[in-house]
Amino acid sequence: MTTAAWRHKDLCALADHTPDEIRTILDTATAFKGVGERNLKKVPALRGKTLVNLFVEPSTRTRVSFELAAMRLSADVVNISANASSLEKGETLLDTARNLEALRADLIVIRHKSAGSARFLADRLEASVINAGDGAHEHPTQALLDAFTIRERLGRLEGVRVAIVGDILFSRVARSNIELLTKLGAKVTLVGPPTLVPDTFSSLGVSIARSIDEVLGEVDVVNLLRIQHERQKKEYFPGTGEYTARFGLTKKRAERLGEACLIMHPGPMNRGVEIDSDVADSGRSVILDQVTNGLAVRMAVLYLCSGGAPFSRIETNS
Amino acid sequence: MSESLHIKNGRVIDPASGADSVRDLFVENGIISDKKPSGATLIDASGKVVSPGLIDIHVHFREPGQSHKETIASGSRCAAAGGFTTVVCMPNTSPVADNPATIGWIQERSAATAIVNVFCTGAITRGLNGEEMAPIGALAAAGVVALTDDGRCVQNHGVMFRAVEYARQFGLPIMDHCQEATLSDGGVMNEGEWSTRLGLPGWPALAEDLIVARNILLAEETGHPIHCQHISSGRSVRLLRDARRRGVPITAEACPHHICLTDASIASFDTNFKMNPPLRTQADIDEIIAGIADGTITILASDHAPHAPYEKEVEFDKAPFGILGLETELALFLEVLLHRTKALALPEILKLLTVNPAKLLHLDRGTLAEGAPADITILDPDHDWTCDKEDTASLSRNNPFHGMKLRGRALTTIVAGKVVWDLESGFRS
Repeated sequence: MTTAAWRHKDLCALADHTPDEIRTILDTATAFKGVGERNLKKVPALRGKTLVNLFVEPSTRTRVSFELAAMRLSADVVNISANASSLEKGETLLDTARNLEALRADLIVIRHKSAGSARFLADRLEASVINAGDGAHEHPTQALLDAFTIRERLGRLEGVRVAIVGDILFSRVARSNIELLTKLGAKVTLVGPPTLVPDTFSSLGVSIARSIDEVLGEVDVVNLLRIQHERQKKEYFPGTGEYTARFGLTKKRAERLGEACLIMHPGPMNRGVEIDSDVADSGRSVILDQVTNGLAVRMAVLYLCSGGAPFSRIETNS
Repeated sequence: MSESLHIKNGRVIDPASGADSVRDLFVENGIISDKKPSGATLIDASGKVVSPGLIDIHVHFREPGQSHKETIASGSRCAAAGGFTTVVCMPNTSPVADNPATIGWIQERSAATAIVNVFCTGAITRGLNGEEMAPIGALAAAGVVALTDDGRCVQNHGVMFRAVEYARQFGLPIMDHCQEATLSDGGVMNEGEWSTRLGLPGWPALAEDLIVARNILLAEETGHPIHCQHISSGRSVRLLRDARRRGVPITAEACPHHICLTDASIASFDTNFKMNPPLRTQADIDEIIAGIADGTITILASDHAPHAPYEKEVEFDKAPFGILGLETELALFLEVLLHRTKALALPEILKLLTVNPAKLLHLDRGTLAEGAPADITILDPDHDWTCDKEDTASLSRNNPFHGMKLRGRALTTIVAGKVVWDLESGFRS
């Protein structure tokens, strides 16, 4: 029943954190989840604090999730998007962030297309910097909410077999998931063609499969990723038809999954490409649970990075 | 100040002749002399090494056009403080050095402000656009010592082939930055385990290997020398080794950072570890060192590439490629090749920094033979020091070696018989 302390002002990458620190976030999120289930969905933990959502790349789900998480903690929230910011006028990211700090922002949540951009700001600012996705590098809160959901449903992470399917090369969600899951003892298999899942990923402590059929009966969780057309300047596979034929989770393939197997997707989904529409809406799909849990996880992250005391572990699992 | 010197009792190493003995060296009227001139200034080199002035054939001095990063004056002071008496500037200035007027401007500026010898290269193609041949004959007449589109490898093989063919009549060597652009497109670091971890776009070694292979074929076909700049890939070394065994007129250079740093340095997203070609793996380092040891790579250079702090202080993928090099170059080569791996003895290392680059570019330098210009570097291969990025003559600070403990350093730099810098009293002008 030990609870590790959290002594960081920032959350930039799960690669920077120990298994205990990651468990601390998950445990704290468990405590916060109840807040969202109440009639009065608000606690005063961050009252008087100012959070700026600096989203230099488009996002709906993550931005709204951070915004609501901050509001439920009673923080004041300001949203900035790229096309409405001085970055459009040639201001550097650092100057924009320093201006926000001069306005006494306490927390800056950043989404940016450059890998390492969160860390870049965190090293240079007094404010807390939370990474909401930096290029293809990491998206730590997504991996945390995925892990939270698995732990909630399956009661553990240790030994859980997770397949992550699809566009791994360009995926920050995949990198954060790999980092978190391998640190907490899950067994990760990446599934995709060599162009999207290069062999170099095996150096990250994961297995690689070249067809989804190889893993269907062998996993407890299938996490499907979207093909990120917007990141692919080059051709990585011949087309979505061929992709779906080899890697799509069709209805037929879904029947071969174990009874208790969870189907996850970080969104946004391309129905009919990586996931069959019926499968996405089936009972084993926890896609909307992920979204709900994202709020609790982000509340925990904002709270801890603001100096809040970690909540002790409520469940003894994982 | 007197241009007559009596350099006393040093270990005089002249790789051009193979001479290596403790003796006195004389300079009269800026020329190496056999006999002691009267009224010579005495320099005690006891316990020190006296070498031909070091030559670096790959530097960026940013003039004209980017004098906020470096000037010919400041760059030449970096060279002097690093023990280099001769440098060869790359043509990616603004405007590009693809015409005799710009070359003439650089030469005049060098004559007026540089404290070491500065030679120019001219572009292979106009504006480094990779398509239209630059006026190569006019560039040759203006005195360029080689042609290169450094930083912007010529992708069109037909253009490159004809440029090599055309340059042959002027005896102008071609130097190439080997990078196949469709494979490296958008890449900012080595493609491998660390780019996978960090999610940064990869620039695979394969992109270098392909162009090295092309250049080997072009050199073989034309019989004209092609020099592959800053080799970073182990497989490129193997390609070059095979080609040189067959007698193909192909040469290659290595830079300090490519034999002492790996791509793991980028884990902190520090843009001072971003250069082109990128840092690769320990396996590549081992191959490059083996290539230096067995004569596959015959030239050492810095790729001194200054960028202003504000330009480097950005997101990793947005930062310009390049790091400072001249002031740490000798120490890093000695540290890695002499002290750490013992790949080469000191005279062999100095050969790669003096007579070899001089021969490639037909420079009247790089030797201590009687009658040669008195460009001399006095150095101590065991001198311990710690690199401090603020202790520099450069206008920039993009130095990844800050704080590193180093062994080996130039103590006195002499150009045409004049001491231009020494460690104790600094610059003389």
